[in-house]
Amino acid sequence: MSSSSSDDDDRIPFSRRPEWSDVRPVPQDDGPHPIVPIAYRDDFRETMDYFRAVYIADERSRRALDLTTEAIGMNPGNYTVWHFRRLVLEALNVDLHEERDFINQIAIRNSKNYQIWHHRRWVAENLGPEAADKELEFTKSILALDAKNYHAWSHRQWILLSLGGWEKELDYCCKLLEDDIFNNSAWNQRYFVITKSPVLGGLQAMRDSEVSYTVEAILANPQNESPWRYLRGLYKGDTDLLVSDNQVSDVCLKVLKTNLNYTFALSLLLDLLSYGFQPSDELKTVIEALRKTEPDSSDANLATTICSLLETVDPMRSNYWAWRKNNLPFQVC
Amino acid sequence: MESSSSFSRSSFSASPNTGLDQQPKLTVTQLVQLEVEEKVAQIYRVLNGVSPHAQSLMSELWRDKHVEFLTRGLEQLGPSYHVLDANRPWLCYWILHSIALLGEPLDPELENNVADFLSHCEDKDGGYGGGPGQLPHLATTYAAVNTLITLGSENALSSINRDNLYKFLLRMKDSSGAFRMHDAGEIDVRASYTAISVASILNILDHELAKDVGNYILRCQTYEGGIAGEPGSEAHGGYTFCGLATMILINEADRLDLSSLLDWVAFRQGVEGGFQGRTNKLVDGCYSFWQGGVLALMQRLLLIVDKQLMPSSDNGESSSIGSTCSIKSSDLVGQGSGKLSDIGFHFVKIYAESVPLFHSIALQQYILLCSQVLEGGFKDKPGKYRDFYHSCYCLSGLSVSQYSWWKDAGASPLPTAVLGPYCNLLEPIHPLYNVVLDRYHKSFDFFSTS
Ligand SMILES: [Zn+2]
Repeated sequence: MSSSSSDDDDRIPFSRRPEWSDVRPVPQDDGPHPIVPIAYRDDFRETMDYFRAVYIADERSRRALDLTTEAIGMNPGNYTVWHFRRLVLEALNVDLHEERDFINQIAIRNSKNYQIWHHRRWVAENLGPEAADKELEFTKSILALDAKNYHAWSHRQWILLSLGGWEKELDYCCKLLEDDIFNNSAWNQRYFVITKSPVLGGLQAMRDSEVSYTVEAILANPQNESPWRYLRGLYKGDTDLLVSDNQVSDVCLKVLKTNLNYTFALSLLLDLLSYGFQPSDELKTVIEALRKTEPDSSDANLATTICSLLETVDPMRSNYWAWRKNNLPFQVC
Repeated sequence: MESSSSFSRSSFSASPNTGLDQQPKLTVTQLVQLEVEEKVAQIYRVLNGVSPHAQSLMSELWRDKHVEFLTRGLEQLGPSYHVLDANRPWLCYWILHSIALLGEPLDPELENNVADFLSHCEDKDGGYGGGPGQLPHLATTYAAVNTLITLGSENALSSINRDNLYKFLLRMKDSSGAFRMHDAGEIDVRASYTAISVASILNILDHELAKDVGNYILRCQTYEGGIAGEPGSEAHGGYTFCGLATMILINEADRLDLSSLLDWVAFRQGVEGGFQGRTNKLVDGCYSFWQGGVLALMQRLLLIVDKQLMPSSDNGESSSIGSTCSIKSSDLVGQGSGKLSDIGFHFVKIYAESVPLFHSIALQQYILLCSQVLEGGFKDKPGKYRDFYHSCYCLSGLSVSQYSWWKDAGASPLPTAVLGPYCNLLEPIHPLYNVVLDRYHKSFDFFSTS
C-alpha cells in the first residue's frame, strides 16, 4: 500500500514532528475481528491515531486545532472531528472569520457533505447578522456550479431567516428561473420568499402577481411540472379560492386546446372537480374532443372521463389514475 | 415485458409552440434529462429487439455476483473508502441487509464478528458511532440496530444496551420535539426518523420520545406535497420516506396532507421506469426504495387519503390510522395500553387495499437493466459506478415492487408480479424499518418478551 499520495509528498509524519513528541498515538480499537475494515493509508491512520489521543485527553490547544484541520482535509465526513474542532475554537476564542476562510477552501470540493454545512451554520450563527452578505454570496457561488444543491439552499434559507438579507432574494429567484425555468429548487425558493419574506407582505399580498408569472411559465412550457405544482401552492389552505379563481381553470383550458403536453392540465382539472368546481360547456367540449375512442359507458361524468384520458396519455401512472377514478368524492360521481 | 411499451418519448422535449422556426434553447435541466433518457432508451431498444428468452436473461438478477461483491466488502475495503470511515455501521447495514434480501445465509462465525465489531462502535452512554471511539450518532445508531436485527441471533439482539440507548435518544431530542443527529449536531427529518425507527423496533418508544415530533414533520411538508429535510426546503424522496414512516410510527399519519403527498410521489416515476428524488431531477436507482417505499406505505393508508379527498370532511379532526383503516384503532396502538412500539407490528398486518399505485414492472426493469452491474452491485444510473449504498436501496426497492401486489402473507407473489425469471424474487421487507420481514418478526418476539 503506497503510504502517500503525490500531493502529500512533503508531509512530515507526526512521529517526526518535535511539537508532538510528548503525545502517544492511540490506535483504533476494531476488536479482534474487524468488519468492513478499511485499508487506511499510513498518513490517514497516523493522523487519526493522534486525533484520538488529543480527543481522549480533551486537549483544546492550538496544535489540536491544526490537527483537526489535517484530519478534516483527509475525511471531511468525520463529524466527531468537526464537533471537537468547535470545542477547541470556542476554548481558544479563535476569530471565526479565519474559520470561514478555512471552510470556503474545503466546501467547494465537498458541497454535498452534511458536516461542512452544519459547521458553516455554526460559524455564521456566531458571527451574527454581519455574516449574512458573505454567506449569501457563498451559497450563490455553490449554486452557480449546481443550481439544485440541496444543502446550499437549506443554508441560504437559514441565513435569510436568522440573519436577514431578504431584499434581493426574489430577484435572485427570477434570475435563476430565467436561466432554467425547470429548476424546481428555484421555484421552491421562490415559494419560500413569497411566503416568508418580511419585505413582501406574504402569500395573500403576492398571489395575484405570482399567479400571472406562473401562468406565463406554464403556457411557455406546459410539460414543466414545477409551475403547475407552484400554482396549486399559491392557493394552499384555500381550496375554495383555487376552485373559484378563473385564472386556474383558464390556464388548463388554454393548454388543453393546444392538444399537446396536457397531462398536468388534466391532473389539475381533476383536482378542481374533486373540490367542487363546475366546468363550463367549453371545457367539457374540449375534453370530449381529446377522447380518441368512443365514450366508455363507465365514463359517466367529466371527472371519470379525465381519469380515463390520463390512464391513456400517462401510462406510467395508469394504476394511480385508475385508483383516482374509483375514489372520486361522491359529489362528483 | 409489459413495461417496454410504456417507455415513451420524453416529456421534456421542447414545446413546439414556443418558437416559429427555431427551436428554443434547451435549459440545463432539459439537456441532462435528455442525455439520460437517451442512454436508457438505448438499453431498452436492445431489450425490445431480442427474443423473449433473451429478454428474460437480460432481466435476470445476478445473485452470485452480488453476493460475491457484497461479501468481499465485509472482509476488506480499499484505501479510497477512508471517506466512509465515519459510516462503518452503514457499510455493515448496506451489505448485510442486501445479503439478507438475497436470502443468502451468513456464516455463524461472521455473524458473531459483526456483532462484536458493532459493540466496539457502541458508546458507553448509549448509541452507536460511525466507528470505534466516535461520538454516538443517530444515523449510525439506526444502521447498527438494523444490522443487528438483520443478523437475528440472540447474541446480536441481546448486545444492544436498550436502557442507555433510550437515554441517548432523549438527549438528542430538541426542545422543539425534533431530534438532532448527535450532541450539538444538525436537526432534520432523518434524525427524527432514525430516532423513532430505532425506538419503535426496540420496543422503547414512548410518548415522551414521540412528543411534538409530528409538529416538526408537519412543518416539513411542502406545497408540492412531498416532505423536505427542514421546514422551507424542497420536497425530496429520502426525507418523504423518513417523514411519512415517522408519522405512521407515532400514529399521526393522518395529520399530513396525504392526498397531495400521494400525488407528488406518483409523479416521481419517470419515463425511464425508475424514480427521481425531486421534481425535474434525474432518475436514480436508490429512489426505487425511498419513493417506492413511500408508495408501499401509502398503499396501506388509502382509506385516510379517501377521507381527505372528500371536500366535506373535516381534516382538522384527528382520526388515527386505526379508526379509518379496516382494522380498529385499538389493534394498532395496543389494547388500551396505548403502546406506540406495537404500531409497526400491526401495520404490516394491514393488507394493501389496492393494486400498487406505481408501475412496479417498469421500476423492476429500471433496477435490473439500468442499475444492475453485471460484475455485482448496483448503481445510480447508466454511466455511474456501483456502490454499497445503491446496492442496498436498489435491492430494497426491487423487493418492494415484487411484493407490491402481495395480498396474502401465507402465499408467494404471483409470477406476473416479478419481472424476469421467478428466481429473481427477493425476501420481503418491513416497509417502515427496511429490514427483512422474518428478521423483524424474530426481533419483535425477542424485544417484546425481554
Ligand atoms: Zn442515489
